[in-house]
Amino acid sequence: MQASTLFVTIVILSVFGYYFGYKRAHDVAKPVGGVKSLHSLPSYYGSWTALWCAIPALLVLAVWTMFQGAIIDGLLMQNLPAEFAHMGADERSMVVNNVKTLAEGGMVISPSEGVKAAAEDYKRYSSISALAMAALALSAGLAFLAVAWRRIRPELRARNRVEKIILFLLVSCASLAILTTVGIVFSVLFESVQFFNRVSIFEFMFGTHWSPQIAIRADQVGASGAFGAVPLFVGTMLISVIALLVAVPTGLMSAIYLSEYADKRFRSMAKPTLEILAGVPTVVYGFFAALTVGPFLRDMGVVFGLDVSAQSALAAGLVMGVMIIPFVSSLSDDVISAVPQSLRDGSYGLGATRSETIKQVVLPAALPGIVGGVLLAASRAIGETMIVVMAAGLTARLTANPLEDVTTVTAQIVTLLVGDQEFDSPKTLAAFALGLMLFVTTLILNVVALRVVRKYREQYD
Amino acid sequence: MTKQSMSKVEAHLARRYAREKRFRFYGLLSVFVGFAFLVVLFTSIISKGYTAFQQTYIQLDVTYDADILGLYDNPTESDWLYANYDGLIKAALRERFPEVTSRSEKRELYKLVSSGAKFSVRDSLDNNEELLGTTATLWVLADDDLDSVLKGHIDRTLPEADRRVKDQHLVWIDSLVENGEVEKRFNTVFFTHSASAEPEQAGVWGAIKGSFFTLIVTLVLSFPVGVAAAVYLEEFAPQNRWTDLIEVNINNLAAVPSIVFGLLGLAVFLNFMGLPRSAPLVGGLVLTLMTLPTIIISSRAALKAVPPSIREAALGMGASRMQTIFHHVLPLAMPGMLTGTIIGMAQALGESAPLLMIGMVAFVAEVPQGITDPATVLPVQIFQWADLPERGFVERTSAAIMVLLAFLIAMNAFAVYLRKRFERRW
Repeated sequence: MQASTLFVTIVILSVFGYYFGYKRAHDVAKPVGGVKSLHSLPSYYGSWTALWCAIPALLVLAVWTMFQGAIIDGLLMQNLPAEFAHMGADERSMVVNNVKTLAEGGMVISPSEGVKAAAEDYKRYSSISALAMAALALSAGLAFLAVAWRRIRPELRARNRVEKIILFLLVSCASLAILTTVGIVFSVLFESVQFFNRVSIFEFMFGTHWSPQIAIRADQVGASGAFGAVPLFVGTMLISVIALLVAVPTGLMSAIYLSEYADKRFRSMAKPTLEILAGVPTVVYGFFAALTVGPFLRDMGVVFGLDVSAQSALAAGLVMGVMIIPFVSSLSDDVISAVPQSLRDGSYGLGATRSETIKQVVLPAALPGIVGGVLLAASRAIGETMIVVMAAGLTARLTANPLEDVTTVTAQIVTLLVGDQEFDSPKTLAAFALGLMLFVTTLILNVVALRVVRKYREQYD
Repeated sequence: MTKQSMSKVEAHLARRYAREKRFRFYGLLSVFVGFAFLVVLFTSIISKGYTAFQQTYIQLDVTYDADILGLYDNPTESDWLYANYDGLIKAALRERFPEVTSRSEKRELYKLVSSGAKFSVRDSLDNNEELLGTTATLWVLADDDLDSVLKGHIDRTLPEADRRVKDQHLVWIDSLVENGEVEKRFNTVFFTHSASAEPEQAGVWGAIKGSFFTLIVTLVLSFPVGVAAAVYLEEFAPQNRWTDLIEVNINNLAAVPSIVFGLLGLAVFLNFMGLPRSAPLVGGLVLTLMTLPTIIISSRAALKAVPPSIREAALGMGASRMQTIFHHVLPLAMPGMLTGTIIGMAQALGESAPLLMIGMVAFVAEVPQGITDPATVLPVQIFQWADLPERGFVERTSAAIMVLLAFLIAMNAFAVYLRKRFERRW
């Protein structure tokens, strides 16, 4: 039985559980004076029975599906026919892959008798496993259902128990956020440690030569200077700085105009229009940068006698800057509106013009919030992927010239991981090391920015 | 005050007012920079892509010749399936252009018709033995080069060597146009087919279905979990370190680059749990983790907007806290939560970077039928097509972007409608 059918069966079973619990609550209440002598409403007795049926069964299902793959693989590896016994672990896992493809009805080029036999084994293991899972899950569900059903009495505090279970479910949903962070940290850290076992961490952090393609040749060692990530860091910085140079002045000035000058009608029209810029998918920006802005800048370069690459950092940075304008403007809008009116009134009372008030009173008061917003925008720019993958180049070049093509951390992660990959090569592991750098950098920026913003908000509350 | 200092003040005042005006102008200017960019972006995409909604077809007089088809007495099902329909098209082309005789010229001639045209010939014959030997006038799919010429995407003034389409082709195309044997029709292929290496046979249907399955998985997982998390944090959570930790984590996850979620998906869902590569199931899982913070944050705002008097009234009537929230607070907060969820879904629909990590960039020519089939999604399809050099793909990429934007606009409009229609001010 497949996991999905089993899931549906368990759901149906717990619906029956609800019905039996509900029925039983009525039955046990009858001799002692009807429904009103029950501690809780009958539906709570039903829910309690249903939950006791569903939770153990679903737990069995979840645990089983998580581990059955690994266990079956292990069994298969152990029982491989003798002809594969001398092979190394890598080759054996190749054989196991072939066996699986064959068992699932796929094409394998001239499978040997041993592989065919193993495929039969695999089919047998899988069906045994599926059958055992169904039997165990359903019998667990039924057993707990029966126990719960038997324990229904008028004085059973069914509502409190059901609410306790629900509260537990709510807590686990909320804790998923922590689990996700832990998952991210472990998945990038684990692979990065493997990478740093092969390539020294100093080489990676301070080396200036990046060409991971070379390192996949068998006769070369990973640590031959191919994994120096400095050009990527510089490229990322270059593009992010260009983006911020576009986004911060424009975003800040439009926030000032919209919150201090514009009348209500213009504001209510302009704000959502600018927000559209934030809603456009990044792949669209990437396409626009690669096919419109890039060639346009190159043609302009020809006019002015400059040598502009078609995939210049400038094109990617400009478009990325436009993308984060609404981000900067809505964050600055929030902090500017939070500046108390009394400060402005005081300034006007002294005879200052509006712009003088803004420049000398409002902006200094809002500065920490704006800085926080800029930091968040920077973290956005550093982590942005599609624009740079499509519009920036792939040549790792150590340059500060925005007219040349550079590459970034995110663009390299994508190039390293897209397409066929063996999981243990330093090339793939390098992507995780880059991911670790990216995660740590943006995490620091976010934490600092959120702290600055929060601290500032408390000032005027 | 002396006259002199008065004039000094006045001159200074004029400068201050000028500065004021300038400052105000800069503000307005930056608002309009944003507008202008939006206009340029949309015009550039629409002007590049609107032609993709039409496709050129060629009229051919096809004779169902049993010899060419390789069909003899009592053909079986598979004989029909694998018969030489291409041969019929080639014969029809030779007949239309009898002046073409040399082998190499013929080969060029055959390029006028799409390699997918044989399927429409097959469909028109429909395994019907009685039609063998008769002639039918068919409109078949033209090749993308011919399509580009007719749409004016290929500059005829360029020297032949710099052009994708050779002079010889132009002559044939002009003669077809003169006789009214080509026609532009609405491009149904684009909306019904999946990815293909030939522009004229490529469509977005597979990607739309992939996006649909991915979003369904995301919605089914992220909505209940997000609402549950929001209810706990807003209504039940005690002020302690664990709650603080959860809140800090949610705020951080909202700002983690999306590609990092892709790395998580690759390491955990694919390599550790062994889920299938390129499947909407895994894509949905990754996008769930990514959109959860958005949904939690907006759901909390919706819960916060429900006035405490509702809770107090319910508690006063003897409801438990759980009953208060599930029977009274949650229904009132639901429109706000749904709005937040739709916006989160719109974000997920436009997301592509994490999906590249879990293999949803594979070339998938078949339309996915379920959440475990290999699939690609609309933004990733755009990313793939954007890399292809043919002019036909440039217009199709832009058209796919228009389709994607249309979905996004529809979703956001629905969210705005929900908010306007159901939001209550207290």
